[in-house]
Amino acid sequence: MTGLFSDTFLAALLFGAVTAAIPLLLAGLGEQMSEKAGVLNIGIEGMMIAGAYVGFVCAFYSGSLWVGFLAGAAGGMVVAALMSLLCVRLGLNQIVIGIALTLGLEGLTALLYHFQFSRSYPRLPAAETLAVPLLSDIPLFGPALFRHHLIVYLAVAMVGVMAWLYRRTQFGLNLQAAGDKPAALDVAGIDVIRTRTVAVLFSGGMAGLGGAYLSNVGAGLFIPFITNGAGFLGIVLAMLARGRPIWVLIGAMIFGGCLSMTTAAQVAGVNVPIDVIQMLPFLAVMAMLVLFGRRASLPAALGIPYERGAR
Amino acid sequence: MGTQAPTPIVTLDAVTKRFPGIIANDKVDLEIRAGEVHVLLGENGAGKSTLIGMLSGLQQPDDGRILIDGVATSIRSPSHALSLGIGTVFQHNMLVPTLTVGENLALGGRWWQRPKLAEIAERVAAVAGPLGIKINLDARVSELSLGEQQQVEIVRALLRDSRLLILDEATSMLTPHGVTELGALMRRLVERGFAVVFITHKLSEAADFGDRVSVLKLGRKVGEITPERLRAIDRDALVAEIVGMMFGRQAGEEAVSIPPRADNDERLLEVSGLEIAPSGDTPGLHGISFDIGHGEILGVAGIDGNGQKQLAEALAGQRATAGGRIRLGQQALDGLTVGARRKHGLRYLTDDRLGEGTVGAFPVSINFFLKQIGEPPFWRSGIERSGEIVARGGDLVRQYDVRTPSLATPIGRLSGGNIQKVLIARELADGARAVIFNKPTYGLDLANSLATRQRIRDIASEGMAVLLISTDLEELLSMCHRIAVISEGRLVGIVDNTPGAGERVGRLMIGLAA
Repeated sequence: MTGLFSDTFLAALLFGAVTAAIPLLLAGLGEQMSEKAGVLNIGIEGMMIAGAYVGFVCAFYSGSLWVGFLAGAAGGMVVAALMSLLCVRLGLNQIVIGIALTLGLEGLTALLYHFQFSRSYPRLPAAETLAVPLLSDIPLFGPALFRHHLIVYLAVAMVGVMAWLYRRTQFGLNLQAAGDKPAALDVAGIDVIRTRTVAVLFSGGMAGLGGAYLSNVGAGLFIPFITNGAGFLGIVLAMLARGRPIWVLIGAMIFGGCLSMTTAAQVAGVNVPIDVIQMLPFLAVMAMLVLFGRRASLPAALGIPYERGAR
Repeated sequence: MGTQAPTPIVTLDAVTKRFPGIIANDKVDLEIRAGEVHVLLGENGAGKSTLIGMLSGLQQPDDGRILIDGVATSIRSPSHALSLGIGTVFQHNMLVPTLTVGENLALGGRWWQRPKLAEIAERVAAVAGPLGIKINLDARVSELSLGEQQQVEIVRALLRDSRLLILDEATSMLTPHGVTELGALMRRLVERGFAVVFITHKLSEAADFGDRVSVLKLGRKVGEITPERLRAIDRDALVAEIVGMMFGRQAGEEAVSIPPRADNDERLLEVSGLEIAPSGDTPGLHGISFDIGHGEILGVAGIDGNGQKQLAEALAGQRATAGGRIRLGQQALDGLTVGARRKHGLRYLTDDRLGEGTVGAFPVSINFFLKQIGEPPFWRSGIERSGEIVARGGDLVRQYDVRTPSLATPIGRLSGGNIQKVLIARELADGARAVIFNKPTYGLDLANSLATRQRIRDIASEGMAVLLISTDLEELLSMCHRIAVISEGRLVGIVDNTPGAGERVGRLMIGLAA
């Protein structure tokens, strides 16, 4: 167990934690808005893998990560548009449609990847990092936390943007009303369907962006099923965060830390079977659910399609 | 139409609204004028809430027109209703419990803006102050009393420049003091030139607060008392007139026809001392005793929700009782299951035709035999015999004149009258001796109501005992031999159906001595 707690190990662990946390954070923030508006977006895993694939393909051919990110977000949004058509406008069951979208897109992206790249296994060059002046010179934490791609800082900044949106804008009120009492929003003269659609599209965009980060920056390549449950973890985060973006960030860092630990522990040669180590993040999920699951307070109308004047 | 009076804010012209199985509003005409508290009075199921739903843009009429300031207008959505100046305070409040009062009032602004809480506070002070309403904008809605929430909703409607304020069952959750306050508030509103529509099922509130009273009954408007008339008569005369509208006979209804029965003392269905403990929102049953002879129809009258459903379900065996005995002929039914009671000949036709009586997605044919599933000849060794089912089902469809496209049509697609026919066919089959009807014509159109009533008379003529529970007094008067009145889970009197019975029953129903 040499060097398990050395500075380099800890720095690598922290760096990996941030890298692993960003997709979770983005998916979690997206899911949070969708849930706030009353739509349980189970399809977020599918939106994420769509973003990962489209983002990778576009980054690969254009040579620009930013094109990849934008394309990834757009890819997630296209899937979300389908979800909002089926679940918000037509009022179909959100859970069934969400699962179907996820399974369908996992299969579709695996198939497309197989046709396009199964002989070449292309990789993207390592992403450029942006060192934050001064902060990145702090020993241990500097390199771990402040030498990342620009998108990482933007993702963290989104936490503040979301908090502002929820607490300070009319749109934030509308979202909460759409989730807690859609009929009240409707009689106030705001279109519930439109509000929910916007929220679902946003969640799809965020999930797609998270997926694109996962393939373009985290891995530098696409492999089938690369999201590996990150979208579902995002759902857990959103549910535990009680509507507060900062808790999504904290939760994402905890899960990210666990994911990073699995890699780091393998690298460090800890003498434990690899399967046990790979279970770690999911044990953490269960532990968090046991500890905080009761605290989760979900919108009253979550998962219930809105139909005006239903009786 | 008045020639000197200004155009009403809202006019309903023969508005009709149907839901699967029932007609909620049947050609309702209504005029709503500025400066008037217009009371819509009617029992549960009279169609008041549906009417409000159409005025507030939640539902669209199937037939008829709504005129706003004399112009035919289709109210497309709640926001459209608001822009037309129609503000509604719903029976179930429409505030988001997790937001503050101020935030609730801010809902509906432009999405990119900050909620203009300061501006709202100013406007609330301007609107609420003169009306004597005090509200704390920073309080979370879930922490307010129901009366306070209602005031918030009234203020919200006024903030939107409503000219017409609709209050749906606004007093149902208020304390007596809150009701008085609301009455005073409505008075101040109409004095300022607003129109108020006040929906209630309480006669006393209609008499106390109304400038104009319209009475709804089973989806139809059965009477209106104009302001001139209302000022001309005293309160007692007014109450009497409203009682007449709610419970009296209307022109154009069918004649009274009580099926003849042989005079005998033999009792068929005997019930004594039936008890059910009250629960949260039901009054329970207390010492219910009655008996019904061969070929006799005993009516049970009462305002809805006084234990009628509990009584029917206790007799049918669907609800556990805390005491009392039930005998059918020589057979004690106490403690027997629903199925055993059915075998002995006791049948129950529920008022919840689609929810409880039938399986909406199943074909008509299967619904005929729902209570015989697994039994021969329709099932043998657990296998469905579709030949038998179709043959017998076809007979029943012809015999009971069920209008269905086919035997395979899901029953939920049929009209209420036809669903009722299927239920009657099913329950009368094979050895029925006593039949309990719960609101058998609720939500049916006139033709089907008449057909159902005739069917009930026929059943009695065949010698069965009939217990007819109904909130429609004139239905009871048209065919019952005796009428019992239920109130708060007790039978407060049984009246022989002789001339003048209607007045006596009506007085018992509203808590006056017969």
